[in-house]
Amino acid sequence: MEHTTLIHEEHHTGGTKEIWRTFWILLVLTLVELAFGFWMIGMESHSLRLAVKGIIIILMMAKAFYIVAYFMHLKAEVKNLIMTIVVPLTLLLWAIFAFLYEGNSFKNNRNTHDRFMNESSLRKAPAAHHGENEKHEQKEEKPAKAVEQ
Amino acid sequence: METAAIAPQTKLWGGGKSPFSVEYGKLMMWYFLMSDAFTFGAFLIAYGTSRFSSNSWPDPNQVFKSYPGAAESAYAPLVFVSIMTFILIVSSVTMVLAVHAGHERNKKGVALNLVWTIIGGAAFLGCQAWEWTHLHHEGAWWGSNPFVNVDGSAGAPNFTNFFFTITGFHGFHVFSGVVINIIMLIMTMLGTFEKKGHYLMIEKAGLYWHFVDLVWVFVFTCFYLL
Repeated sequence: MEHTTLIHEEHHTGGTKEIWRTFWILLVLTLVELAFGFWMIGMESHSLRLAVKGIIIILMMAKAFYIVAYFMHLKAEVKNLIMTIVVPLTLLLWAIFAFLYEGNSFKNNRNTHDRFMNESSLRKAPAAHHGENEKHEQKEEKPAKAVEQ
Repeated sequence: METAAIAPQTKLWGGGKSPFSVEYGKLMMWYFLMSDAFTFGAFLIAYGTSRFSSNSWPDPNQVFKSYPGAAESAYAPLVFVSIMTFILIVSSVTMVLAVHAGHERNKKGVALNLVWTIIGGAAFLGCQAWEWTHLHHEGAWWGSNPFVNVDGSAGAPNFTNFFFTITGFHGFHVFSGVVINIIMLIMTMLGTFEKKGHYLMIEKAGLYWHFVDLVWVFVFTCFYLL
């Protein structure tokens, strides 16, 4: 009995009109993302790059919202169901900040305390990419590049 | 909705009705997708952590700059991957159209849109296969990164490790999605859903397919744009 009522309740989502509206929104968001991506090629300013990356991430989240809300119809579900899906996923927000911070701090610590890692990571790669072993031997003999503290 | 009128809101969990007003299979599909989102989230965060802990990283525009039939010297960043993204978005639309046709119990509409979705998925997999082959020919694979970092130092192997692991895991999801959609198509053609009286199974397959598209939104942004 429960099942029959459920099947008929599924109709409350918008029709094909909403589907195509969502498609156009997703397409435009993707094109804007790509436009920013093309703009970033060869961009010199570090702070501007960061700002553009921030905008791209916001556009990405907007795309994710439209897919989940309208294609997966999550918006049309009962609020409790939405909460059981969305609330646990906020754990990822913590993970993003914690782990990226950790990665950055690991880099800084190694640059400060691990001279070998610091010097080898700043060494320029040889022009030719073939012969990995040969390249490695060359590296050992090369004097370490001066590192700014 | 009718049941809501009988039981007051305070007794949502009092029994006798579905508090989420959704069938069991669909609810479990949602929870499966949530756990899968954690898997992909963990992968992408690991990638980000690795990138943040490196002094330099290869420029994606220098790595993903080719397309099928392009000359060796071709420099076309973001072109091929935007085609892949477009394919996946369109296949998501055809999938949601199949689900919609299922609500109307339109067997022909379901089958037709499923065929389009399967074609889209196969096209995406083909694109990915080409890209992997191309990168492999350039010397990129797990544990080997021929691309130099932005600052000119030797490329971090984690760049290719994460690229192949995460796009591979996503590609595997696309592949299973295509298989699921083929099964759905066969079941539709055989009239299984018609006999059942509803096309709710298409809806669950649709959720999975949209999730694959959703993950690509993140993978595409993290690997090709940022």
